[in-house]
Amino acid sequence: MWDLAGQALEVARLRGATYADVRVMHLRQRDLTTKNGRVGTLAQSESIGLGIRVLANGAWGFASTDRLTREGVAVCAAHAVSIGKASALAKRRAVSMVAEESFIDSWQGPFLKDPFEIPLESQLALLLATDAEMRRIKGVTLTETDMQFRKIDSWFASSIGSRIHQRKVISGCGIVATAFQGEEIQKRSYPNSFGGQHILAGYELIESLDLLKHAPVIAEEAAALHSAAQCPQKTGTLILGASQLGLQIHESVGHPIELDRVLGEEANFAGTSFLTLEKLNHLRYGSDIVNVVADARIAHGPGLGSFAYDDEGVPAQCTDIIKDGQFRGYLSSRETAKLIGLPRSSGTMRTESWNRLPIIRMTNISLLPGSWDYDHLIADTDDGIFMDTNKSWSIDDRRYQFQFSTEIGWEIKGGKKTRMLKNPSYGGITTEFWNSCDAICSAKRWTLWGTPNCGKGQPMQTMGTGHGASPSRFRNVQIGTAYSGQ
Amino acid sequence: MSTSRKSAGTSRARSKPEKAALSDARRLHGIISDVLRLAKSAGAEEAEVHVDEVLDDLTRFANNAIHQNVSENGITVSIRTIAEGRTARVTTNRIDDSSLRAAVDSSLSLAASQPQDKRLLAPPGKQRYRSVQRFIKQTAAITPEDRARAVRRACDLALKRAQVAAGIFSTGESQAAMGNSRGLRAAYRETHAEFSITMQEAPAASWAKANAADVRDFDPQQLAARASHKAHLAVDAKELPTGKYTVILEPSAVLDLVGFLFYDFAATAVADQRSCLNGRMGKLVFGKNISIADDAYHPLQLGAPFDGEGMPRERVSLVERGVPRNLVYSRRAAKMARKAPTGHGFMLPNEYGEAPMNLVFAGGDSSLEKMIASTDRGLLVTRIWYIREVDPYEKIMTGMTRDGLFLVEKGKVTSAVRNFRFNQSLLEALRKVEMLGPAVRATGEEAFEMIVPAMKIRDFNFTEVTKF
Repeated sequence: MWDLAGQALEVARLRGATYADVRVMHLRQRDLTTKNGRVGTLAQSESIGLGIRVLANGAWGFASTDRLTREGVAVCAAHAVSIGKASALAKRRAVSMVAEESFIDSWQGPFLKDPFEIPLESQLALLLATDAEMRRIKGVTLTETDMQFRKIDSWFASSIGSRIHQRKVISGCGIVATAFQGEEIQKRSYPNSFGGQHILAGYELIESLDLLKHAPVIAEEAAALHSAAQCPQKTGTLILGASQLGLQIHESVGHPIELDRVLGEEANFAGTSFLTLEKLNHLRYGSDIVNVVADARIAHGPGLGSFAYDDEGVPAQCTDIIKDGQFRGYLSSRETAKLIGLPRSSGTMRTESWNRLPIIRMTNISLLPGSWDYDHLIADTDDGIFMDTNKSWSIDDRRYQFQFSTEIGWEIKGGKKTRMLKNPSYGGITTEFWNSCDAICSAKRWTLWGTPNCGKGQPMQTMGTGHGASPSRFRNVQIGTAYSGQ
Repeated sequence: MSTSRKSAGTSRARSKPEKAALSDARRLHGIISDVLRLAKSAGAEEAEVHVDEVLDDLTRFANNAIHQNVSENGITVSIRTIAEGRTARVTTNRIDDSSLRAAVDSSLSLAASQPQDKRLLAPPGKQRYRSVQRFIKQTAAITPEDRARAVRRACDLALKRAQVAAGIFSTGESQAAMGNSRGLRAAYRETHAEFSITMQEAPAASWAKANAADVRDFDPQQLAARASHKAHLAVDAKELPTGKYTVILEPSAVLDLVGFLFYDFAATAVADQRSCLNGRMGKLVFGKNISIADDAYHPLQLGAPFDGEGMPRERVSLVERGVPRNLVYSRRAAKMARKAPTGHGFMLPNEYGEAPMNLVFAGGDSSLEKMIASTDRGLLVTRIWYIREVDPYEKIMTGMTRDGLFLVEKGKVTSAVRNFRFNQSLLEALRKVEMLGPAVRATGEEAFEMIVPAMKIRDFNFTEVTKF
């Protein structure tokens, strides 16, 4: 692989590129699903290819190919340079980047049991047994399970001399029970909705989830939601479970801190950000107890945003995003860091595959644990609603106004979780919401959740991001608006 | 790539040295034949092969300059084998003999790991397809320089009007071929072109977008001018109270909303009881002015005339004068329902079955101007954004307006309005459509392209307002 990468760099240099970086990537994936006791998807895929990004005449060009021969790579590299020169026809300034060291390194993410070495029969048997556990609950009309495993090798080389190989093994799993009754569809998922939990790990993740134990619990809840009370519409106290809070962080902190959005580079598609440059170090983003970091280091945990180097060859870092409630940092690249006068990229350029350009992406954007014991938090809440497991999410294109709904809610009265509520939802304005946070549970309840399906960029790229969170309380929140006026 | 590609590249070498081209279709069919032979010798009772090739280029601009400019070229081979009532799929982009042999073996090995499926169908035999011509050589000939010049002109317009432009200009070509061990062979190639632009005049913005097989079907400058004009009108937005408003949804806004309805017409979704049409087929669900068909042969559509199983796509009348009449069926769903397959199946194996992918809404004869003129008080919506399903049975959707929301009073656009969040049942909205425009090929960001009209809808439910 290094020969091909080196050849691509050399062709780019000879064609006039002043900078180039190359990623050769080999991606392998296995998908297993069941539905109503039968195997649904049973598929495996692999993709290998090379992508090269160049600066030519002060502008960017990128080309990719799956033709991994000397001729194919040469054509691809030359094409990238010609595209860069075409870009220069509509440039306003020459691209400039902050300095970065070169690195020669090899890194492998943590895993104990290679999921591709575990017999498929046992993987399917577990899913089918879990599916059966859900189906035995009366009222359940649809059961679904899934496992997904990925192994990604990338070889990064750049014209400043870096040569970095990284390997990641990613595992994911989720189960869903759906109940259709009368004129209503209700569902419950475990351990999270929209594919479950995904982290950098091997098959040990699946074994840790105890699917057979949780299957009947969520199935019973799906059926019980039909006789639950409708979530009221009011302004009140909200406690979010950790997985829902993870998505709240993703949408209302993770995306607005992307510096490409802030600088208008995503204006046509993903949108911009309310976090304009003058707000850095001046905006009170949240209450004093809110501390959020962007931490790609493996020391933070085996999140989907963990790595040793980003896809621009910058080492993984931990950046303060919100410190004691104050807005402190952005996610940046070498180019955007230069544009706003930062000394170094925060190391967040990531690509989905060899045929996509690296763009600024979330790493692990996590709310650091607080001091509250979960039971004490509930006991301390006189009147509130606990919401858990995301059902829908939406936020405006500058990331101010959001609305989320969850699969299930519980009323809290006099310090106790009481009746179940169906169709819970809440909404608000990002900074008002984070400033209303008055309690965050401790590390005992903190989980690094994986969001495997974050879409951004044109052409669209899907990226996995990590979000650590523990259950937290928010005051004076708009609750129940999703069903208002219906 | 292939010999034919190399020769194509060489023949263009003097003028456009790096412009590649799709492989000759015979090469793709050669791969299919090779894989089918390998599958047979490996012990597969049946096999099915899809070969897809893409050659896509996308020029992206922001802050009045190109900031990303990419090109993608690749072939994937997807193999499904069947043995003893078991099936599995393996996909690879390594197309040398040993890699394809390994993929076949993997597919058989995967398939063998599962319980036997007594309902598994053998692949279909030879089929006949309607011919569609969706490959336009003028689109395929577009170069990075052509795109850069068009972008430059759009950015120059923005600069002239003290605005900031961002967007994309993409062009590409793709082809798909499939075959199976029962003699089925299918092939399709198309070109596609897209221009999308956001013009920003702080603090406002507006947007325009077009998408077609033929790059000559839209004018980037015209789209830039439209977005620029509306961005200027959108400055000084005023805040209105939340509540129910009459809305005039431009075709892109209609598309991104109704795009969430298509999977409900899958027979598998109804069998799984996750469709909003459960218990509603044959009843008056929408207004009588709503008729919807799935029609891959509509002149404004793109896409292959066959589905993931190789079945010919049929035109299906889904909704007739407000009444859902028909669903679409994969072969398996059709067998279970004792119906004929309609050519809407996904590649097997999968748990979702099928979906209509070429929706065509019946239009009317009301222009946007006529809708505005007929409105005493309402909102003109350019585009909606981040739409998600809140309630799957009542089809309550939430989302935001974006890039140009305007107040209409006494038949005229009178001011810009701050963006709203809506929470609106899609079924109810389609019962309250008062006027329909001509159906056009609409393009947005949430749904794939469809043929839909602009719509004037009463009592659209806005529940929150944002800060801009």
